[in-house]
Amino acid sequence: MKKTLEPFWWSLFGAGGTLAALFIPITLFVNGIAIPLGWLGAPGYESVLQLAGHPLARGYLFLLISLSFYHWAHRFRFTLYDGLQLKHLNFLIAVICYGSATVGTIAAGYTLINL
Amino acid sequence: MADDGQGAHGAGGLTSERMVTFEVFRYRPEEESEPVYQTYELPVRSEWVVLDALNHIKDHIDGTLSFRWSCRMGVCGSCGMMVNGNPTLTCATFVEALLPGPIKVEPLENFPVVRDLIIEMTDFMEKLESVKPWIIRAEERALEDGEYLQTPAQLADYKQFSMCINCLLCYSACPVFGLEPGFAGPAVIALAQRYNMDSRDQGAGERDALLNTDEGIWQCTLVGECSEVCPKDVDPAAAIQRYKLSSTVQWYRNFMMPWRAKG
Amino acid sequence: MRVNPQHTPYHPRWHRPSMPIFWWVRRWIHARFILRELTSIFVAGYALVYLLQLRALGMGPEAYARFLEMLRSPLAIMLHAVALGFVMYHSITWFNLAPRALALRVGGKRVPDRVIAGLNFVAWIGISAGLLWMTLKG
Repeated sequence: MKKTLEPFWWSLFGAGGTLAALFIPITLFVNGIAIPLGWLGAPGYESVLQLAGHPLARGYLFLLISLSFYHWAHRFRFTLYDGLQLKHLNFLIAVICYGSATVGTIAAGYTLINL
Repeated sequence: MADDGQGAHGAGGLTSERMVTFEVFRYRPEEESEPVYQTYELPVRSEWVVLDALNHIKDHIDGTLSFRWSCRMGVCGSCGMMVNGNPTLTCATFVEALLPGPIKVEPLENFPVVRDLIIEMTDFMEKLESVKPWIIRAEERALEDGEYLQTPAQLADYKQFSMCINCLLCYSACPVFGLEPGFAGPAVIALAQRYNMDSRDQGAGERDALLNTDEGIWQCTLVGECSEVCPKDVDPAAAIQRYKLSSTVQWYRNFMMPWRAKG
Repeated sequence: MRVNPQHTPYHPRWHRPSMPIFWWVRRWIHARFILRELTSIFVAGYALVYLLQLRALGMGPEAYARFLEMLRSPLAIMLHAVALGFVMYHSITWFNLAPRALALRVGGKRVPDRVIAGLNFVAWIGISAGLLWMTLKG
């Protein structure tokens, strides 16, 4: 049987899509809109640091951020493939997409370990 | 009765006629290199489907118009066309729902056109056959051992996917197939799933070789339109997604336990 | 999949329309599909902003305060508002398509598609309410 890596990428895409669908809208609304506009009071620095520093929170943040990147990588790769008919650049696009997601994942890991 | 039989429903106004314009795609390779649209205006009766109107054109106005049809009752799957830009079974679409018109009739998209409303479907037939849509057994059971039994619950697993009439509306609705003619496509994958999920079948591995590939299920980006246009509610999009899911589970299983991987 | 149809030699005069590059602007259903695919940019974009916020958090109170100040700029708020629309569109389309992939069985009966999608939406609302509550409490 011809080996294909697609199941692996698809599983990251699916896991990331699910996590992002469940967690990102409210996170974005609170951090990017409600707090900056003053609808919600910003929690103090120490309490945020304490909360985000909890091992479970770090794990959650890592998965959310990394898998969101891979979700994008997979979906955007096919958007370019179908939407702009860039089939001939398939390999290059795949390297750039999954490569950026991997760089993002390493950055997320580094940031969260040093939190 | 005084009238000629057409008035059987006359009192209820069911046979009321009105003039409707049809813009029909014409392509006659021996006459023109590019397709043209021909306009026909005809009296349409309220109980007519689009196919009735096309037959009226062929019988009374222009005998050169070519199109496929057979059962005119949504079973044979021959009369699929683009009606007002949507993949449609013309025998199952009332003209009344499309009034006032004009109504545009074109051959199914994403296929080469042989003539007028007739598309070329050899490619599809070959793909269909290539996925071995029949029950495959590792070892055939002897005749005297009886039939392969199946419970209603096992039947329910795949029944939906067995309802396909090969009308090709899903291929016309699928931009991925339009862009990538090598793509196996919705109906073929749904039919493969119909056998993969059949408790009597043992041929999933053979079909995997063709479908668990970049030109099989992994080409699909779940536009979802195939399921929207399907006249039989086969839901090919679901067949493909579930195929992806089970292939992914299998992939991880093989990855974790390579010694158990097959093929 | 290669079945290599051998038809062209016999029918050189088929009409073969090709899809234009921007095929997806011609029909709303296709435009909607591309729009759905483009939500991924906003998903990853926000993940990046969120990561930068965590980085600022790790760099100390001053850096974090500067980051919060940046989020208060009208441009940032506008971008977030647009992104919110896209990520919510992602959530809605994602949950609506979930039944396509999942065929669940409870007690021998298929769970109806609407129930599977519905449970996703319930989880979404529950998680959103939970995170909001955590923010209000903190």
